[in-house]
Amino acid sequence: MKEIVVISGKGGTGKTSITASFAILGGKNIVVADCDVDAADMHLLLQPDWNFSEDFFSGVAAEIDQDKCIKCGKCADVCRFNAIPIVEKKYVVNDLNCEGCGFCFHVCPRDAISMIEQNVGKWFISNTKAENHMVHAALKIGADNSGKLVAKVKKEAKQIAVSEEKAFIIVDGSPGIGCPVVSSLSGADYAILVTEPSVSGIHDLKRVYELVKKFKIPAACIINKADINTDVTAQIKAFLDEENIIHLVDLPYDETFTKAMTAGKTIIEFGESEMKKLVENSWRKIKELLTDKQKRSSPS
Amino acid sequence: MKIAIASGKGGTGKTTLSTNLALFLSEKQAVILTDLDVEEPNSGLFINGKLIHQEDKFKMIPSWKKENCTLCGNCQKVCNFNAIIKLGKRIMTFPELCHSCFACSELCPTKSLPMIPQKMGELKHFSLENLDFIESKLDIGQEQAVPLIAKTLDYIDQKFGNNIIKLFDAPPGTSCPVIEATKDADFIILVTEPTPFGLHDLKLAVDTMKALKKNFAVVINRFGIGNNGVIDYCKSEEVKILAKLPNYRHIAELYSRGESIYQHIPIFKTELQKIADHIIKLQTGVAK
Repeated sequence: MKEIVVISGKGGTGKTSITASFAILGGKNIVVADCDVDAADMHLLLQPDWNFSEDFFSGVAAEIDQDKCIKCGKCADVCRFNAIPIVEKKYVVNDLNCEGCGFCFHVCPRDAISMIEQNVGKWFISNTKAENHMVHAALKIGADNSGKLVAKVKKEAKQIAVSEEKAFIIVDGSPGIGCPVVSSLSGADYAILVTEPSVSGIHDLKRVYELVKKFKIPAACIINKADINTDVTAQIKAFLDEENIIHLVDLPYDETFTKAMTAGKTIIEFGESEMKKLVENSWRKIKELLTDKQKRSSPS
Repeated sequence: MKIAIASGKGGTGKTTLSTNLALFLSEKQAVILTDLDVEEPNSGLFINGKLIHQEDKFKMIPSWKKENCTLCGNCQKVCNFNAIIKLGKRIMTFPELCHSCFACSELCPTKSLPMIPQKMGELKHFSLENLDFIESKLDIGQEQAVPLIAKTLDYIDQKFGNNIIKLFDAPPGTSCPVIEATKDADFIILVTEPTPFGLHDLKLAVDTMKALKKNFAVVINRFGIGNNGVIDYCKSEEVKILAKLPNYRHIAELYSRGESIYQHIPIFKTELQKIADHIIKLQTGVAK
């Protein structure tokens, strides 16, 4: 079983549309994990049935028992996050600022502070229209710990993949390079980088690849909207060469992806098109790459 | 006045709007633009200012001094982030997990965990006629964007007064970095695109702004693709649509080269003017 993570650094490069297409092409052979937990969109294309759901608790936040509080102010003094302001002559916790470190809890002389476990979202196991399982999640607004929810989604997807002997897990990552992305990359076998030839696309690709390198994960790249700026596309290809990143495909600037998405479909289900063929070829290449690697690394 | 430009979904045009609006407004008045998408800051690629200041930004992390340590393990017990553990006769720290709460350090009975600065990123300040541009970039491998966003906001507060227009290019999503980037803003512009993905993530962003009790409005980018879902939603939720930016291949090409859009596309400029008008109304207290 191989875990493939699709990331991009920059948002809006087509990551989810491409990942969902792979999920359709992979069919019964894969498990899908939507790890872009604070803006999860994959369900709009794969139409999961939300078969199983569970609350996700992670981290804690302080709560002050006003009956026990003697207003000594020690809690507010030690708080580095300005999370305990005085409101109407009472020390109260500002939930948005509270990091859940518990320093206030430890210094309170009257045990007036308790640390309450936080419900930060929900996670789901679904059956999709591609006849596979999808593990996904929804982070509560403003919630912390998205990295931990990503880890949970990945862990559950892995369990399903192992017990049902699936060949691949396909993970849709989130934009950026911070904790949810770090969490998506951890334990992955292969990274697919989706980029676009713009000054921001290449800038963000290079940054996110620095992170991929730290995890020593081999990578391949899809250049979306490749014809929008041929100079930058050439620069991206030079970068891929330099870093030994496999160039999977150039996709043209084309609104078919958007049209398919508007119809709630992936490009694969949206009639015959050049784009569909290119995405199918990419998926075939990815499978070959991963099976080749398996052959090479296993003792003969 | 602080105006944050945010969106639930990535890639909807936050940076396009932030940089074009900043350049456009700066033709008539002084403007500060700050890129708070510290994980992947891009605004700087569209603003060619002169670098006038640069500084490393640090977060505080504990560093173990073994001389007086009794290996009592209190530090590990109080750390809620698994950033410090006792391993045999050693104390190990994991700076990337540390939230700089100081609990381990200040609750250590032998003062064996003094806090020391660790670099988490870099702040740069550029100047261009009427426009000041500030960006912060998180070092690769640092997992937490929030502390760097907070330090960047402190820099802006110290340098500039409140009567000047301050635009903030926020990170994507609805989790902690976005809250940090928008919680002090007077007004939020949510950029979306008229597609099912755009609509889904706009709803999350609107709910976030409502939870924060923020004054906000929507700008639709790439208007003309997709469907009417976003417009219908805004109508039913009584969310104001400030402007509709067109969807042309030419815009994507200009963007790809790091060029400003409004100087080349007249209708883009007309739409920016609508946003500018609203900002002026907000400044003078006519609009709420």
